[in-house]
Amino acid sequence: MKRKDDRKPGELRPIVARVGVIPRADGSALFSMGRTTAIAAVYGPREMHPKRMQSADSAVLKTIYSMAPFSTSERVRPGPSRRSHEICKVTRQALEPAVFLKEFPKAGIYLFINIIEADAGTRTAGINAASLALADAGIPMRDLVTAAAAGKVGNDYFLDLEGKEEDETKCDLPIAYMHNEKKITLMQMDGDISPKDARGVIDAAIKGCEVIYDIQKKALMEKWGYKKPHAAEKKEPAETGEKAKQAKEKPAEKKVEPKKAEQKKPAPKKSTKKEVKK
Amino acid sequence: MTDMLKNDRDVVVPGDEIINSMDYLPGKNSFRKGNSIYSKRVGLVSMHGRVISVIPLSGVYIPKVGDMVIGKVSEIQSSGWIADIKSTDRAYLPVSGIREFVDTGKTDMSKIYAVGDIIYAKINVANQSSLQLSMMDPRTRKFNSGRIMPISPAKVPRLIGKEGSMINLIKNKTNCRINVGQNGLVWFEGDKENLVTESIRIIERDAIYEGLTDRISELLEKA
Repeated sequence: MKRKDDRKPGELRPIVARVGVIPRADGSALFSMGRTTAIAAVYGPREMHPKRMQSADSAVLKTIYSMAPFSTSERVRPGPSRRSHEICKVTRQALEPAVFLKEFPKAGIYLFINIIEADAGTRTAGINAASLALADAGIPMRDLVTAAAAGKVGNDYFLDLEGKEEDETKCDLPIAYMHNEKKITLMQMDGDISPKDARGVIDAAIKGCEVIYDIQKKALMEKWGYKKPHAAEKKEPAETGEKAKQAKEKPAEKKVEPKKAEQKKPAPKKSTKKEVKK
Repeated sequence: MTDMLKNDRDVVVPGDEIINSMDYLPGKNSFRKGNSIYSKRVGLVSMHGRVISVIPLSGVYIPKVGDMVIGKVSEIQSSGWIADIKSTDRAYLPVSGIREFVDTGKTDMSKIYAVGDIIYAKINVANQSSLQLSMMDPRTRKFNSGRIMPISPAKVPRLIGKEGSMINLIKNKTNCRINVGQNGLVWFEGDKENLVTESIRIIERDAIYEGLTDRISELLEKA
C-alpha cells in the first residue's frame, strides 16, 4: 500500500532538530517531524515547589505538556486536559530512567513541552525535544531518549504515521527507546493488533528511533561542538579556530553516514527488547 | 583490550561511549556500564592518568565548600538570612556566620542585610541536608554599587584562567574591581565597565577554544 506522502514504509518524515532555541532557559530544543513541531524548555535543577512534592533522596522531574491553541485545524482549548495530563505522565516516565535524578536531592527539574504544530505523533516529538533539552541543560543522563511511532496500514508497517494515516490505521503504537541500554521506556497503543504484527510494528519503531538518535546527536554537536570562533571571522583567521575546525569537523561528518545506512539495514534483533514498561 | 572511542578534549553528549576498557576508571560526569565508560553530560573529555571524566559545558551551579559565590538576599528569618545563589537550593546565612556580634532579640536584621541586598559570601556547609554561607572570610562583602553580569557557571574557570591569569589581565587592563562568584555571577565596578562586559561575553561564547587569553589581551590593548 502506498503512503499518502509517497514515503517508504520505514521512512520518517523530514526532521528538523535544533538545540538552544530559548536563550533564557537552562536548556531547550525544537524538534519537528513533518507538520508536527515540539519545543521543549528545561529549567533547573532548582528548588522544588511546592515543597511537599520534594523527594528527600532525588530530584523530581516535573513535566508540563501543552498544545498551542493554533496547533491543529480545530482550536485547542488552552489549559490542562485529560489528554495532556496523560501525556505529561507518560513523558515523565519515558525520561526518568535516563536521568540521574539521585544526584540532586530535593531539587526539581522543570520540563515544559509545547506543541506548536500538530499532525500526529506529538508525544514522540515532545519526548525527542525534551531529551535534547535535558542534555542541553547539562542534566546528567545515561542516554538520550528517542521516540517514534509506527502502525499497521493494510499489510505494511508504517513508521511515523502522519495525521491522515493515523485516521485509517488499525493500530498506532508509539515507543520511547534508549539506544545504549536497548530498552523501551514508553509503549502505548491505540487500536488492536495481533501479537505477530505487534512485533513487527515495534521493530519498525525501534528502527526509526535509531535514525532519530543520530539526528539528536548531530543537533547537540551543532550547538556544543567545535566551530570557528566568532572573532576569527572578522579578522585574523585565528590558528586555534582553524585547527579546532579541522580536527573536529570529521566526527560530525561521520555521524551523517550511519543515518543513511541505518535506513536500509534490516530491523534490529529481537533480543533488543529486554524491558517493556507501560 | 583498550578501545579509545573519544580523544582527550573531544566534545561528547550524554550516552557517548568514551572508552571500552577495564583499565580506566570513570571520574566526574561519566559512568561505567559493562566494559565501557560513557559520558553523562555534554562536555569535554578529560583524562588524568587512568581517570576519565567529562568537563561540563552547561548546567547549573553545584555548591562546593570553600567557593565564593554572589547571592541575593531573598528572605530574613529570626536568626539568619536566606540567599538565592542560583543553585539547586537556597543558601542559609546564619547570624553566627557574620563578623560582628548580633543580638537577634534587639537588632533589626534588615539593618545588616535587607531583602534584595547582593552579597559576596563563602560556602561554609554544603551537604545533602544543608547549604550554609559564611561572611567570616576577609574577601566577603556586601555590594552597594557596580554591575552584576550572569555567565554560565560551567565557564567560570575559563573566566578566571590558570591561577587567575585571565581575570587579573582584565582587572589590570580595564582598571576595574572584579569579583567572580563561582555560581556564575560576576560583579565589577570601575572606569571601563563596558570593556569588561565585552570581554566576558567573548570568553563565554568561545570558552572551548584555546588561546583566549591572547585574544582578550589584544582586545583590551586596542581599546
